[in-house]
This record gives sequence, C-alpha cells and structure tokens, in this order.
Amino acid sequence: MVLFALRRLGFSIFTLLVVSFAVYVIFAILPFDPAALTCGQKCNDIVVEANRIRLGYDKPLLVQYWLFLSGIFFGRSYGVGQAAFVCPAPSLGYSFNENACVSDLLKTTLPITVTLAVGALIMWMVVGVTLGVIAAKFRGRTPDTASSVFVLLGTSLPTFVTGLVLLIWVSIKWKIVPLTLTGYVSFLDNPFGAFKYFLLPWITLAIAYAALYTRFTRAAVLETMSEDYVRTARAKGLDERKILFKHTLRAVFAPIVTLAGLDFAGLIGGAIITETIFNLPGLGRLTLRSVYEFDLSVVVATTILAAGVVIVMNLLVDMFYAVLDPRVRVQ
Amino acid sequence: MKEILSVENLKVSFPTDDGLVRAVDDVSFTLNEGETVAIVGESGSGKTVTSLSIMDLHNRRAAQVSGSIKIRDGANTVEVVSASPEETRSLRGRVVSMIFQDPMSSLHPYYKISNQLCESYLVHHPRQKKAALDKAISMLDLVGIPQPDKRVHDYPHQFSGGMRQRVMIAMALMNDPKVLIADEPTTALDVTVQAQILTLLGDLQKQFNMGIVLITHDLGVVAQVSDRVNVMYAGKIVESGPVDDIFYKPLAPYTLGLLNSIPRAGDKKMGRLSAIAGQPPSMINLPKGCSFAPRCEFKEKVSGGRCLSEMPDLTGISSEHRSRCHVDEKERQKLFPTLAVK
Amino acid sequence: MASSDVILSVRDLTKHFPVNKRTQKKTGSTAVKAVDGISFDLKRGETLGLVGESGCGKTTAGRTILKLIEPTSGSITFEGQNISELSPQEMRPLRSQMQIIFQDPYSALNPRHTVGRIIAAPFEIQGIEPQGGTKRAVQELMERVGLNPEHYNRYPHEFSGGQRQRIGIARAIALKPKLIVADEPVSALDVSIQAQVINLLEDLSKEDNISIVFIAHDLSVVQHISDRVAVMYLGKIMEIGNSRDIFSNPSHPYTKALLSAAPKPDPKLERTRERIILKGDLPSPMNPPSGCVFRTRCWKAESKCETEVPTLITHGSLTTACHFPN
Repeated sequence: MVLFALRRLGFSIFTLLVVSFAVYVIFAILPFDPAALTCGQKCNDIVVEANRIRLGYDKPLLVQYWLFLSGIFFGRSYGVGQAAFVCPAPSLGYSFNENACVSDLLKTTLPITVTLAVGALIMWMVVGVTLGVIAAKFRGRTPDTASSVFVLLGTSLPTFVTGLVLLIWVSIKWKIVPLTLTGYVSFLDNPFGAFKYFLLPWITLAIAYAALYTRFTRAAVLETMSEDYVRTARAKGLDERKILFKHTLRAVFAPIVTLAGLDFAGLIGGAIITETIFNLPGLGRLTLRSVYEFDLSVVVATTILAAGVVIVMNLLVDMFYAVLDPRVRVQ
Repeated sequence: MKEILSVENLKVSFPTDDGLVRAVDDVSFTLNEGETVAIVGESGSGKTVTSLSIMDLHNRRAAQVSGSIKIRDGANTVEVVSASPEETRSLRGRVVSMIFQDPMSSLHPYYKISNQLCESYLVHHPRQKKAALDKAISMLDLVGIPQPDKRVHDYPHQFSGGMRQRVMIAMALMNDPKVLIADEPTTALDVTVQAQILTLLGDLQKQFNMGIVLITHDLGVVAQVSDRVNVMYAGKIVESGPVDDIFYKPLAPYTLGLLNSIPRAGDKKMGRLSAIAGQPPSMINLPKGCSFAPRCEFKEKVSGGRCLSEMPDLTGISSEHRSRCHVDEKERQKLFPTLAVK
Repeated sequence: MASSDVILSVRDLTKHFPVNKRTQKKTGSTAVKAVDGISFDLKRGETLGLVGESGCGKTTAGRTILKLIEPTSGSITFEGQNISELSPQEMRPLRSQMQIIFQDPYSALNPRHTVGRIIAAPFEIQGIEPQGGTKRAVQELMERVGLNPEHYNRYPHEFSGGQRQRIGIARAIALKPKLIVADEPVSALDVSIQAQVINLLEDLSKEDNISIVFIAHDLSVVQHISDRVAVMYLGKIMEIGNSRDIFSNPSHPYTKALLSAAPKPDPKLERTRERIILKGDLPSPMNPPSGCVFRTRCWKAESKCETEVPTLITHGSLTTACHFPN
C-alpha cells in the first residue's frame, strides 16, 4: 500500500513538472514580448528593459524555469537595490498586472472558487441523484418523463444563458437576491450572507450538472436493478426500500462519485463563465484575465494548481473506489 | 406425504410490442414434503417464468398472472396469485427460497457473505444479530465450507465457483424453508463440482424434509435427483409423471424425441443421433393446434389433421402419468419404443 | 501405420501465459501454465475429442494447434510440415487447410455482415474465386449445412442459435480444410438442437474426410462423435485412447471420476450405481501441484505421486499417465 502511494506521488509530481514546463514553452513560442506588457501605453524602453531583467525574461528558457522551480521552495527576489522586492516561499511568481505576488493572488481567489464549486457540487449531487433514482423507479411513467424534460433543458441551456436569465430576473427584476457586484462574503465568516452571495451562481452551475447526473444515475440504477444479485435480494424477501438503498445505491455510487470528483476538479479554475457573469473574483476569472494579458506567472500558477487538484481528486476517487468495491482492493 | 405447494392452471403472459407472449399457459403441478419435482424444458419453454411466479418475483406491472399458487405456511395456506406484495414478501426466503444458476453474479460483490447470509435471517427475524451470525456459520459448516467461522467474513470473489454455489444454498436455507426452488443450479459448474452440489442438495433435503422444485434442461440431472417430472414445451406441460415412467415409458412425442436425441456415454458408440427436426416455436406467433405438431413425426397417425387445428388436453389412463397428444394412449404405448438403457 | 495417415502431430506442446510482477510476488509463480506439455497424433479423417473441466487447457490447446496463439514450446507438425516456428505470414497459405468453429453462435458472427458475406469471407481472404462464382459456392454451402440458400442476404440476428452455428460451420468448411478445431460447438445450444448439429458435423467429416479436434466438457457428446479421446487436467493429458475403451473401462482415476460424476439419463442406474465424488477444489494453473497434478484430489495418491511426474504409458488400447493405473 505504501509503495503504491509513493509511486502515485512520484508520478503526480512528474506530471506537474511536465505541465508547468509545457506552459513555459508555449509562452516562449508566442511572438509577444512579456516584458513589454508589464507597463501600459506610456512605457519607454528603459522601463521595459529594467522590468525584463527584474522578472528574468532576459534569461534562457531553462534558466527561467529553474528560477521558477526554486522559487517554490526558497522564495524569489526580483531586481536589486531600491526597486527590489521579494515574494516569499512558496513563490509562484510575480504578477506585474496585478501588482502582487501570485501566491497572494491565489490566497484571495481560491476560497471563492472553492466555495462556488463545493456548493454547486452539493446541490447537483442531491438534485441529480434523487431525480435519477425517482426516474428509474417510475420508469416510463410521469415522473420519468418529467425528469427527462429537465435533463433536456439542463443539458441544452448553456451556463451563460441560465446565469444571465437568473441574474436579470431574480436579482434585478424581482430583487430577491442582491447583485454580487460588490462585497464577497466569506462563508466561514458569515454563512447567511455568503449564501445570498453564492446562491445564483450555485444554481447556475448546478442546473447544468444536475441534468447530466440525473441521466447518468437513472441509467446506472436501471442497470443495477436488472443485476442478478438484486433478484437474489428480492428472493430473500427484502423490501423494495432496503433493496434500493443497500443493494442498488451502493453499487451505483462508485461510478457517480468517480465522475463527481473529476467534475469538481474541473470546476476549480474552470468555472470561468459563471464567475464572469456574476462578477465573482475567483480563480477562473483571474486565469482568463491573465491569459488575455499574457501574465505568464499567473497562468503557470493557475495551470499547476488546476492540474494538482485533478491529480489529488483522481487519487481520492481511486481510494474511494477501493473502499467501496472489495474486488478492486486485490489489485 | 404433506403437500406444500400446489400450482393450478397457472397462466403468465407478457404484453409486448409484437403481441402477447403466453410464456406459461395453463400449468398445474404439486410438490410434497421431502420430494423433488423437476420441471424440464429448453429455452422458451416457460420453466423459469413458472418458478419466478411461485415466488411472485415478476414485475407486477409487466406480467399478467392468473390461476392459483398455494403455499403451505405452518397451519395456513397462502394463495400467492391474489396475495398482496407484503404477504408474498413475507414468504420469500422464509417459506420458499430460491437458488439461481450463476452464483458469481447472484451474490452482491460489495458485501461480505456474513452480511448477506445474516441479511436473509434478519429480514424475517429482525434485530437478532447474534443468532443470525451463529446460524450463518453453522449453515456454512453444513454445506461443507471449511473453516466457516473464518470464511464467513470473506467476500464472494474470494470463493471458487462450487464454493459460491454452496454459499448460495446456505443463504437460501437460513430460515429453514419448506420449499426450495433450484433454477439450473449446476449448469454453470464443472461436472465434478456438479456431482458434489447435487449430493449436497440430496443430503440437505433429507435432513430438512424439504421439497425441491428443480428447473433444468439436463436430463441426466433430472434422472439423478427427481421423484416426479414435468416436461414443458412452449409454455405448456406436455407430460408429467414419476421419473421412471418419463424415462422408460414416455408418452409425449416431445419427451420421446428428447430422450432419443441425447447421446449417452454408454458402452458402445451409437449410430446417428435421431434429432428432433425443426426448431422451437416463436412464443409470439404460436401455431394453431398442438405447438409441437410442426416437428412431430406422429401427426399422420391422427385423422382429420387434428394435430394442426386442436391443442390436445393433458390426460392419462393413470392419473399419475399424464401427457398431451391426440394419438390414443394405448396406441402410443405400442408405438413408442421402451427405453431401457444398459 | 503409414505416416501419411497422420495429419497432425503434436509433441510436448506448451503454452504458458506470463503474469505481471505483482502477481508473481503474491503467488510465487511466473506464469499460468495453461497447456503444460501435451502430445498426440491425429489421423486423416479421425475425430479426436479433447475433454476436461474448466481450466484444463483444452481451449488454449485448440487455439495453439492452429497457431491462433503462439506456443511457448513444443512442436506442431501439420501434413508433415513443422509449423510451430512459422510466422503469421508463412502461416497464411496454410490457413485454408485448418479452420475453427467457435462455441458462442451469438458472438462468432459479425452482426453487421450478411450471412452471404460471412460465409464468403474465407474465399475473399485467401483470394480464391470458386468456380461458378462466389455467390453460388456460398449457396451450395448453405444448402449443405441445412440452411435455406435464399436467406443469403439475411443478418445473423434473424437466425436462431442452432442456425447460427450452422453458418459458422459453413464458413469453416468453405475452403475444404483438412483439419477443423471445434471449440465446444454445441454447448450453447438447446438439447434438441445439439443432436442436429452433432449429426451435421459427423456427416461432413465423413463425406470430406475432415479431421476434427472436438473440444467439449460434455462426456456423452464427446464419446458419441469422437474416434479417440484425450482427457485433460491442469494443462496435461491424463489419458488418451479409443473412445469406446476410455468410457467403458478407463484406467486413470480422473477419467473414472469424470465418468462417475456425469449423471446419466437413466433413473434406475442413477439410484443404484456407486459414485466417486472428488474432494477439494481445482488447484490454480499458476501453481499446479508437483509430480502428478491430479494427486491433490486423487484417492490413490501416494508419496511417489508428489515427486515423480507420471509419463504416458500405453497399456492395451489406452495410454495413461498414472503411477497406479487400473
């Protein structure tokens, strides 16, 4: 077991290195001068050159990458003399556009995205799985047809449509929930306030995913219900409720949780549209802006973070599967 | 002998897009304590549908069931066809149990067998966890699982095929049912393992005085363990009687054809097998008249083409041995060769 | 016995499937010894039955003989030519001579091809244009196996299991092979249909003088159709000989146990005969027992059986691998 974990860890680190290096290479190939973008229109060449040296853009690619890597462990100092500054470890770089160390940027944006993702996850799992089970149980009848309408809507409506519709009608027209133009409220400080702040973005994301999970759960439940071991359970005299919860759902959970873990990982850094519509200063919005502005440090950092989250979720999901399915543990 | 199960005029039909499938069409038989009744047939004969009806395991919305299935429960008799789902559920696993063909897929892969065995007990004896586990271990011992107190905590995939079938048998007997339905219990097993399992079932039957309904297509197995036999074809019983009568003095053309067509591992290599011509009929468009007529070599013996227009009744000179055929029974006794294999 | 009588000769044929390192450490074995040194001869026009329970290696043996699986070691001589070392390219022209019929009629036929196309495939693959055209040749084959030639353009799902098996047989005999390996060809069929297909195979084999390796687990079917029978256990041949003699008077304890275990459709006999019930479970082919592989379940086993592998010795009409044959 220990060997297995170590091997996974080693492979994960290797993946992160490859991913981050790939970003560096992409930026190196692009025909833009990152130093020139560090100041606005009124730049003169001297400032640009000074920035270039400070940020290390004058050095060869591999050296730049090495400086980046060592910065993670030891912190990184930029420039010399009066205009020098330091980004303490773990330093993921410095963003000129935002005028801050990238780690600080992540500290402020990550909680927002995580809150968004976690809330949406809870919502879509509860709604999706419940509807899926109901649709399977009442297959061919009204509840099933109703849920398939929901599935159709949820999968066809893009998030920018749902988000905007919710924003316009619920926030602006009916004024049920305040606009989120200002005032991020941390969930830990003020749950109720945060709830109001995040409600519409949660619903926007949840609708799209719940539709997918309804469809998937329905199919998985129907397939499991036709398995021989469910027939055995019935032959033993178990009531339908017990059969559903103990036998069917346990078997269905494994693939659903696998998917959910990966979808969750994708939201960290991927909920760009939702964050933009509701003006949430989260990781997705930060990444989008940094790509437009060719802010290399931020893009590298968010890419690594996103990749890291996917890797961790993959590992957790695999372990969860082993807990659920004893046949997997043999391997 | 006490009668514990009685099936009368059972009909099970399934409406499909292509028409009504009469999977079971007027089937009647009885089962007594301590005896084994076999239901023999090929795919599509309706034998599995019959067995599922006894336990009320059909989807009530999909299947149309009529007739009578009476099961003895202590001093009472329960009529399964008209009983509520709650009533039949109480019978399952307690008075009537079932074991299936494929033990790997019939056991839940995620739960230890202790969990699955105790579950059988706890459904009908709630909250007696200690008693359940004790019973589970003693049942595993009874079916011949070595080190039962250790192995009870294993998962299904940790057992071999034969062992898993033993576990299934143990699970089915947790509540000492009076009726055991065995649906092709040894078809998926190797022949040496099959011998072990059939011997085990025989021993357990004697010990518990159980009645067994054995569903199979294997005539060898029928000969080994059955007391009485019902032969099914296209949803109907075409012959029923004591096992010796069926094998040595068959009266239905289908039974005769079947017995003639199986190769026998005897002393000498026999000539060409005499196969039954044609194929089993489609259950959706059953031919008018006797369902076996298209394949029967004796229809010329019946005047007026009755075989093709009229379904014969299940009758017999002896009430013990009945068959469905328009040819006069005495004539059939002369016509059909007596099969006595050395 | 003229050597041109023998169409197939197998000597010490072995197929080991290597296992990955993790399983190696866990089980202490380096390979699954599916086929572990089998030898036999097959005469022209003869049917050899290969019988045994699951894990005995009969299916692997059948495929290795045809080189559908590459043997690990040993020799296969077909029509006097050693084919064990031949590459797939070199095997191609020989393939028209050796064919296979599969067990599952539902998965052996491509559901997207018409029956005509399926049966014509061998001609296409070998680049042969039969006299009178492919279509006519296919329809003749269909008639020969008992199918209606007008169903040339139908798809497999429109046929029953027994009919699909006939399609498989038509495909196998299209190129007039000298050798057919039939891998459990009737196990998946209803009892009343099995007899039809068995008769068909017997007729074809006699008419065209085809040698058949008939793999099955059903002893009575094997006994009926085979001239000689080889009984396999854990990758080795326990006994081989004349079909009649093996089943009426076997020498090897395993053959006796197999015969005893198989129920006969004769109630009086079943009630009175003595039964041999083997104890225990099948050992894993990854770790077969030392010496005689059958010793863990054999009632005759003694210390010699643990240390010495019994060789096949001929007594009369039976060739048996046992230290204490009957």
